[in-house]
Amino acid sequence: MESKGIATVVIGSALDILQRAGTPRIVFNDLPLGNPVGIPFDRAMQNQTLAAALELLYQAQSPGAIQTLPHRWSASDDWRANFMAITPSNRAALLALGDENRRQRQLNRAQGLFRP
Amino acid sequence: MIRYIERTKAYYRAQGFDRDYQWAMNTETPFSKPAKPLESARITLVTTAVVEPNIPKPIRTAKSYPFSEAPAQFDTAELSWDKVTTHTDDRETYFPLQALDARIAAGDIGSLAPRFHFIPTEYSQRHTRDQDAPLIAQHCLEDAVDLAILIPL
Repeated sequence: MESKGIATVVIGSALDILQRAGTPRIVFNDLPLGNPVGIPFDRAMQNQTLAAALELLYQAQSPGAIQTLPHRWSASDDWRANFMAITPSNRAALLALGDENRRQRQLNRAQGLFRP
Repeated sequence: MIRYIERTKAYYRAQGFDRDYQWAMNTETPFSKPAKPLESARITLVTTAVVEPNIPKPIRTAKSYPFSEAPAQFDTAELSWDKVTTHTDDRETYFPLQALDARIAAGDIGSLAPRFHFIPTEYSQRHTRDQDAPLIAQHCLEDAVDLAILIPL
Protein backbone atom coordinates (compact mmCIF):
# COMPACT_ATOMS: atom_id res chain seq x y z
CA MET A 1 0.00 0.00 0.00
CA GLU A 2 2.79 2.41 0.88
CA SER A 3 4.54 1.68 -2.41
CA LYS A 4 1.34 2.66 -4.21
CA GLY A 5 1.13 6.00 -2.42
CA ILE A 6 -1.26 5.12 0.40
CA ALA A 7 -0.05 6.24 3.83
CA THR A 8 -0.68 3.60 6.50
CA VAL A 9 -0.55 3.31 10.25
CA VAL A 10 -0.93 0.18 12.36
CA ILE A 11 -2.63 0.35 15.76
CA GLY A 12 -1.37 -2.66 17.67
CA SER A 13 -0.30 -4.21 20.93
CA ALA A 14 2.36 -6.74 19.87
CA LEU A 15 5.21 -4.32 19.29
CA ASP A 16 7.95 -6.88 18.73
CA ILE A 17 5.99 -8.55 15.93
CA LEU A 18 5.16 -5.23 14.26
CA GLN A 19 8.74 -4.02 14.41
CA ARG A 20 10.11 -7.25 12.99
CA ALA A 21 7.70 -6.92 10.07
CA GLY A 22 9.08 -3.48 9.21
CA THR A 23 5.84 -1.60 9.84
CA PRO A 24 5.97 2.00 8.50
CA ARG A 25 4.05 3.65 11.35
CA ILE A 26 3.00 2.08 14.65
CA VAL A 27 0.70 3.39 17.35
CA PHE A 28 1.45 1.10 20.25
CA ASN A 29 -1.01 0.43 23.05
CA ASP A 30 0.51 -1.87 25.66
CA LEU A 31 -2.83 -3.54 26.39
CA PRO A 32 -3.95 -7.19 26.33
CA LEU A 33 -4.28 -8.51 22.77
CA GLY A 34 -7.84 -8.05 21.54
CA ASN A 35 -8.39 -4.36 22.18
CA PRO A 36 -5.63 -2.48 20.35
CA VAL A 37 -7.66 0.75 20.14
CA GLY A 38 -8.39 0.84 23.86
CA ILE A 39 -10.18 -0.68 26.80
CA PRO A 40 -13.75 -1.84 25.99
CA PHE A 41 -16.29 0.99 26.23
CA ASP A 42 -13.63 3.52 27.23
CA ARG A 43 -14.53 6.00 24.50
CA ALA A 44 -12.08 8.65 25.72
CA MET A 45 -9.14 6.23 25.46
CA GLN A 46 -10.29 4.96 22.07
CA ASN A 47 -10.63 8.51 20.74
CA GLN A 48 -7.12 9.32 21.97
CA THR A 49 -5.74 6.31 20.13
CA LEU A 50 -7.47 7.29 16.90
CA ALA A 51 -6.18 10.86 17.27
CA ALA A 52 -2.64 9.53 17.77
CA ALA A 53 -2.94 7.39 14.65
CA LEU A 54 -4.13 10.33 12.54
CA GLU A 55 -1.35 12.48 13.90
CA LEU A 56 1.35 9.90 13.23
CA LEU A 57 0.17 9.53 9.63
CA TYR A 58 1.19 13.14 9.11
CA GLN A 59 4.06 13.56 11.58
CA ALA A 60 6.18 10.55 10.57
CA GLN A 61 9.11 11.60 8.40
CA SER A 62 10.52 8.13 7.73
CA PRO A 63 9.48 4.48 8.09
CA GLY A 64 9.64 2.82 11.48
CA ALA A 65 7.91 5.65 13.36
CA ILE A 66 6.45 4.53 16.69
CA GLN A 67 4.07 6.40 18.96
CA THR A 68 3.80 4.68 22.34
CA LEU A 69 0.66 5.62 24.24
CA PRO A 70 0.57 5.74 28.05
CA HIS A 71 -2.65 3.73 28.37
CA ARG A 72 -2.75 0.96 30.97
CA TRP A 73 -5.16 -1.93 31.32
CA SER A 74 -5.43 -1.64 35.08
CA ALA A 75 -3.42 -0.79 38.14
CA SER A 76 -2.33 -4.41 38.23
CA ASP A 77 -0.03 -6.03 35.65
CA ASP A 78 -1.25 -9.56 36.40
CA TRP A 79 -2.67 -9.98 32.89
CA ARG A 80 0.84 -10.09 31.43
CA ALA A 81 1.65 -13.36 33.15
CA ASN A 82 -1.67 -14.97 32.22
CA PHE A 83 -1.37 -14.68 28.45
CA MET A 84 -0.31 -17.98 26.84
CA ALA A 85 0.79 -19.16 30.27
CA ILE A 86 2.37 -22.60 30.52
CA THR A 87 1.90 -24.12 33.95
CA PRO A 88 2.24 -27.61 35.43
CA SER A 89 -1.55 -27.81 35.52
CA ASN A 90 -2.16 -27.01 31.83
CA ARG A 91 0.69 -28.92 30.15
CA ALA A 92 -1.44 -31.95 29.30
CA ALA A 93 -4.24 -29.76 28.01
CA LEU A 94 -1.83 -27.84 25.78
CA LEU A 95 -0.46 -31.05 24.28
CA ALA A 96 -4.01 -32.23 23.62
CA LEU A 97 -4.75 -28.88 21.96
CA GLY A 98 -1.71 -29.35 19.72
CA ASP A 99 -2.79 -32.87 18.82
CA GLU A 100 -6.25 -31.65 17.88
CA ASN A 101 -4.74 -28.84 15.83
CA ARG A 102 -2.49 -31.26 13.90
CA ARG A 103 -5.39 -33.64 13.33
CA GLN A 104 -7.54 -30.79 12.00
CA ARG A 105 -4.78 -29.62 9.65
CA GLN A 106 -4.46 -33.10 8.16
CA LEU A 107 -8.22 -33.29 7.76
CA ASN A 108 -8.30 -29.90 6.03
CA ARG A 109 -5.65 -30.94 3.54
CA ALA A 110 -7.40 -34.23 2.86
CA GLN A 111 -10.60 -32.33 2.14
CA GLY A 112 -8.86 -29.89 -0.18
CA LEU A 113 -9.25 -27.02 2.26
CA PHE A 114 -6.07 -25.11 1.52
CA ARG A 115 -4.99 -22.12 -0.52
CA PRO A 116 -2.76 -22.62 -3.56
CA MET B 1 6.02 -5.09 27.55
CA ILE B 2 5.36 -8.67 26.54
CA ARG B 3 7.79 -10.32 24.11
CA TYR B 4 5.14 -11.99 22.00
CA ILE B 5 7.49 -13.78 19.61
CA GLU B 6 9.25 -15.56 22.47
CA ARG B 7 5.99 -16.30 24.21
CA THR B 8 4.27 -17.80 21.18
CA LYS B 9 7.33 -19.94 20.46
CA ALA B 10 7.18 -21.42 23.96
CA TYR B 11 3.41 -21.85 23.76
CA TYR B 12 3.44 -23.81 20.52
CA ARG B 13 6.41 -25.88 21.63
CA ALA B 14 4.33 -26.81 24.67
CA GLN B 15 1.65 -27.96 22.22
CA GLY B 16 4.12 -30.37 20.66
CA PHE B 17 5.02 -28.41 17.52
CA ASP B 18 8.68 -28.92 16.75
CA ARG B 19 9.16 -26.10 14.25
CA ASP B 20 8.86 -22.50 15.44
CA TYR B 21 6.68 -20.13 13.49
CA GLN B 22 8.71 -17.72 11.39
CA TRP B 23 7.33 -14.24 11.93
CA ALA B 24 7.54 -11.95 8.91
CA MET B 25 10.74 -9.94 8.78
CA ASN B 26 11.34 -7.08 6.39
CA THR B 27 14.44 -4.91 6.46
CA GLU B 28 13.19 -2.40 3.91
CA THR B 29 9.91 -0.55 4.34
CA PRO B 30 8.11 1.34 1.59
CA PHE B 31 6.89 4.70 2.85
CA SER B 32 4.53 7.35 1.51
CA LYS B 33 3.63 10.65 3.05
CA PRO B 34 -0.10 11.43 2.87
CA ALA B 35 -1.04 12.82 -0.51
CA LYS B 36 -3.63 15.24 0.88
CA PRO B 37 -4.22 17.16 4.10
CA LEU B 38 -6.34 15.29 6.61
CA GLU B 39 -9.39 17.50 6.12
CA SER B 40 -9.60 16.44 2.47
CA ALA B 41 -8.18 12.91 2.72
CA ARG B 42 -10.14 9.70 2.21
CA ILE B 43 -9.61 7.06 4.86
CA THR B 44 -10.27 3.35 5.31
CA LEU B 45 -9.81 0.54 7.83
CA VAL B 46 -8.11 -2.83 7.42
CA THR B 47 -9.01 -5.56 9.90
CA THR B 48 -8.20 -9.19 10.64
CA ALA B 49 -11.58 -9.66 12.35
CA VAL B 50 -13.74 -12.07 10.39
CA VAL B 51 -16.85 -11.00 8.48
CA GLU B 52 -17.80 -14.40 7.07
CA PRO B 53 -17.04 -17.15 9.61
CA ASN B 54 -18.94 -19.61 7.42
CA ILE B 55 -15.94 -19.63 5.07
CA PRO B 56 -13.51 -22.23 6.48
CA LYS B 57 -10.41 -20.61 7.95
CA PRO B 58 -7.88 -22.41 5.69
CA ILE B 59 -9.42 -20.93 2.55
CA ARG B 60 -10.27 -17.42 3.70
CA THR B 61 -8.74 -14.75 1.50
CA ALA B 62 -8.62 -10.98 1.56
CA LYS B 63 -11.93 -9.36 0.78
CA SER B 64 -13.39 -5.85 0.72
CA TYR B 65 -16.84 -4.93 1.98
CA PRO B 66 -18.95 -1.75 1.91
CA PHE B 67 -18.75 -0.01 5.29
CA SER B 68 -22.55 -0.24 5.37
CA GLU B 69 -22.13 -4.03 5.62
CA ALA B 70 -19.75 -3.96 8.58
CA PRO B 71 -21.19 -6.41 11.11
CA ALA B 72 -22.20 -5.12 14.53
CA GLN B 73 -20.01 -7.93 15.87
CA PHE B 74 -17.20 -9.43 13.83
CA ASP B 75 -16.27 -13.04 14.49
CA THR B 76 -13.07 -13.12 16.52
CA ALA B 77 -13.28 -16.61 18.02
CA GLU B 78 -10.47 -18.10 15.93
CA LEU B 79 -8.08 -15.21 16.42
CA SER B 80 -5.32 -15.30 18.98
CA TRP B 81 -6.08 -12.60 21.53
CA ASP B 82 -6.10 -12.60 25.32
CA LYS B 83 -9.32 -14.47 26.02
CA VAL B 84 -8.46 -14.81 29.72
CA THR B 85 -8.28 -11.09 30.36
CA THR B 86 -10.58 -9.32 27.95
CA HIS B 87 -13.33 -9.66 25.33
CA THR B 88 -14.18 -8.27 21.89
CA ASP B 89 -17.80 -7.30 22.61
CA ASP B 90 -17.02 -3.64 21.96
CA ARG B 91 -16.32 -3.37 18.23
CA GLU B 92 -14.72 0.04 18.69
CA THR B 93 -11.74 -1.59 20.42
CA TYR B 94 -10.56 -3.07 17.10
CA PHE B 95 -12.74 -1.43 14.42
CA PRO B 96 -13.25 2.21 15.46
CA LEU B 97 -15.83 3.14 12.87
CA GLN B 98 -17.98 5.26 15.20
CA ALA B 99 -14.94 7.24 16.29
CA LEU B 100 -13.89 7.69 12.68
CA ASP B 101 -17.39 8.75 11.61
CA ALA B 102 -17.42 11.33 14.38
CA ARG B 103 -14.14 12.86 13.19
CA ILE B 104 -15.45 12.94 9.62
CA ALA B 105 -18.72 14.55 10.74
CA ALA B 106 -16.69 17.17 12.61
CA GLY B 107 -14.87 17.99 9.38
CA ASP B 108 -11.47 16.83 10.68
CA ILE B 109 -11.16 14.11 8.01
CA GLY B 110 -12.26 14.45 4.39
CA SER B 111 -14.28 11.29 3.86
CA LEU B 112 -14.73 7.62 4.56
CA ALA B 113 -13.83 5.27 1.71
CA PRO B 114 -16.71 3.17 0.36
CA ARG B 115 -15.12 -0.09 1.51
CA PHE B 116 -13.16 -1.54 4.41
CA HIS B 117 -10.86 -4.54 4.01
CA PHE B 118 -10.51 -7.92 5.67
CA ILE B 119 -7.14 -9.62 5.62
CA PRO B 120 -6.90 -13.11 7.11
CA THR B 121 -4.30 -13.99 9.72
CA GLU B 122 -2.34 -16.46 7.66
CA TYR B 123 0.28 -19.04 8.55
CA SER B 124 1.75 -18.47 5.09
CA GLN B 125 3.65 -15.22 4.61
CA ARG B 126 3.49 -15.87 0.87
CA HIS B 127 -0.31 -15.72 0.83
CA THR B 128 -0.29 -12.43 2.73
CA ARG B 129 2.49 -10.82 0.73
CA ASP B 130 1.70 -12.05 -2.78
CA GLN B 131 -2.09 -12.43 -2.76
CA ASP B 132 -3.92 -10.67 0.07
CA ALA B 133 -1.94 -7.43 0.43
CA PRO B 134 -1.84 -6.64 -3.32
CA LEU B 135 -5.59 -7.21 -3.59
CA ILE B 136 -6.32 -4.78 -0.77
CA ALA B 137 -3.89 -2.23 -2.19
CA GLN B 138 -5.65 -2.53 -5.56
CA HIS B 139 -9.07 -2.01 -3.99
CA CYS B 140 -7.78 1.01 -2.08
CA LEU B 141 -6.54 2.52 -5.34
CA GLU B 142 -9.93 1.88 -6.97
CA ASP B 143 -11.55 3.66 -4.03
CA ALA B 144 -9.09 6.61 -4.21
CA VAL B 145 -7.95 5.97 -0.63
CA ASP B 146 -5.29 8.30 0.80
CA LEU B 147 -4.96 6.90 4.32
CA ALA B 148 -5.41 3.44 5.83
CA ILE B 149 -5.52 2.40 9.47
CA LEU B 150 -4.56 -1.26 9.88
CA ILE B 151 -5.68 -2.89 13.11
CA PRO B 152 -4.62 -6.51 13.60
CA LEU B 153 -6.27 -8.77 16.13
